[in-house]
Amino acid sequence: MNFPLEAFTTVSAANPWTYVVFGGIGFAFGYTLEMAGFGDSRKLAAQFYFKELTVLKVMFTAIAVAMTLLFGAVGLGVIDFNQVWVNPTYLGSGVVGGLIMGVGFIVGGFCPTTSLASASTGRIDGMLFMLGGFVGAFLFGETERYFDHWYNNAGYYGRLTLDQVFGVSASALVLIVVLAALFMFWGGEQLERVFGRKDLSREPGLRKFGAVGLFAAALGVLVIGSPTPEDRYQRLTFKRTEVIEKAGAEKADAEKVGAEKVGAEKGGAEKTDAEPQTVTHVYSADEMLAKRLVFTSPAEAFKARYQQAINPVYLDVRSESDYNLYHLVDSVNVPLQRLAEIVPNLLSEPPANTVFITIGNDEAAAIEAWKLLVSSSVQNVYILEGGINRWIEVFGAKDPALKPLANAGEDQLRYGFPAALGSRYKSCSPNPIEYEKLDFKARIVLQLKRDKSGGGCG
Amino acid sequence: MGWLRSIFNRPEKAYAHPYLAGAILGVVLFLAFMLTGNGLGSSGATSRIDAALVDMVAPAHVDNTPYLLKMAGGDKNPLDDWIVPVFFGALLGGFASGARNGRLKLTTTKGPNISNTTRWVMSFLGGMIFLYGARMARGCTSGQALSGGATLAAGSWVIMLAIFGGAYALAYFVRKLWV
Repeated sequence: MNFPLEAFTTVSAANPWTYVVFGGIGFAFGYTLEMAGFGDSRKLAAQFYFKELTVLKVMFTAIAVAMTLLFGAVGLGVIDFNQVWVNPTYLGSGVVGGLIMGVGFIVGGFCPTTSLASASTGRIDGMLFMLGGFVGAFLFGETERYFDHWYNNAGYYGRLTLDQVFGVSASALVLIVVLAALFMFWGGEQLERVFGRKDLSREPGLRKFGAVGLFAAALGVLVIGSPTPEDRYQRLTFKRTEVIEKAGAEKADAEKVGAEKVGAEKGGAEKTDAEPQTVTHVYSADEMLAKRLVFTSPAEAFKARYQQAINPVYLDVRSESDYNLYHLVDSVNVPLQRLAEIVPNLLSEPPANTVFITIGNDEAAAIEAWKLLVSSSVQNVYILEGGINRWIEVFGAKDPALKPLANAGEDQLRYGFPAALGSRYKSCSPNPIEYEKLDFKARIVLQLKRDKSGGGCG
Repeated sequence: MGWLRSIFNRPEKAYAHPYLAGAILGVVLFLAFMLTGNGLGSSGATSRIDAALVDMVAPAHVDNTPYLLKMAGGDKNPLDDWIVPVFFGALLGGFASGARNGRLKLTTTKGPNISNTTRWVMSFLGGMIFLYGARMARGCTSGQALSGGATLAAGSWVIMLAIFGGAYALAYFVRKLWV
């Protein structure tokens, strides 16, 4: 089973269980905060006068435990980290917003969720904090327009994790963070002894076993390590539904597609009285390649541009010189060697209905690109069937400027170009009226796994 | 009515040990990630409830405010988000723990040297300031510091430092409120 569960990634009325799951998570959250004493503002404010470091202890224990479990499960391949929401980094609004939150914290004595635990147990200050919160959030909505550009762009780094910043593996960083947390707990207890006059000998000795246990678990995460792209690739599964006519054993070769089918190649001949049956197949990544289910024909790739439902991104993975010679209009050049660098952006930025189409001269490089992207959990990736060469065959055969080359090598351009005109050849942007009717097998199946903008505290 | 009175008059129990509460919270956070891919949060729900209210009173205003447009524009229901059931779940959970441990009491928690009224004004102001900052930073102590911290999100750790930095920097000047 692959976690996180697809059914629970967003709430919707279509699946009422999601309300129960998220409500239950919230319940456990509120229960734990109240249990820790966070319904009492004095306990929270004491943190900032070094009298009692409950906030630090609860928060960093929670972070250390959740992080260790999370990266352990990621290392074991139970959880796909690329499907886990990682808050995108906005340094500008993050730092200023954080400082403002600090002010609110010390003035109001709560943070938003602790004020919920406080309000629900009858604390008037908690209720007023909550009420003030509604006003503050409203004011932000009203004033955001005055600094919209700064808010959305200042120090934006997208999905960025600390292991990438420091250039260490995530599992090593887990161990470092756990060690730092344990050191902070020790330091915090010393502060409590000095400023809060706390008798440490009355603290439970069990906490030392907890510390050792946490350290051991973090060591375990380091031993497990992170899954290699190859591991992730082998674990991938793709679902495709197929409509089979009951009477004829003949398979209707059509993958059932959300997008409209332009080339209706199966005519009325296949119409039978029997009800069509829908069968769901689960394929591995290699099977998808072997059955050519991820290859989209030039015609489909071209038509995709004119469909409302999908937002195609043409990823040209060839060398820059080939790209300069000839490329599809609107295509983006990301040479294969540099593709890995932009994966974080592909995961976090584009809208959920984006379909990526990798483009090579033939197919070899485009297949490599496809493997890299799907093993990094990028959704809706397809390969341009036959690459640029096939594209020119289909759309540019009549262009006298494009001269076929006799002895082009594997995965190289099979045409000669008079000049590096880029996308200014006619066939780079075929005329949609001229090519209105095209026959093809629809391969693109849009999968809306999760709405990226819905994650986090959004 | 007897059962109702018994909820409010239970003997008050001690708080859980911070490390124990933290460990439980960590497991809850992990389960949230494992099941749903999302962490914990609450401030997002505040602005979504705001957006729903504005949408009811002045739907045209929503269409003119970019920030609200994203949540409530067109036929979008701003409450249709995972964070809203989490928010109400947290309210219920806090209540349940308070009921179980005998801590349901209509009272005000404050420092020893200020009046109730001062405390009320300050908590309202603090809530206002906090949520303004939380929306600016795209998440509060739970959505950013806790959830982002556990996923090692770079921006979340910066925000965490900024929150504590801001609070510690101001703590001395407002010490009358608390000590």
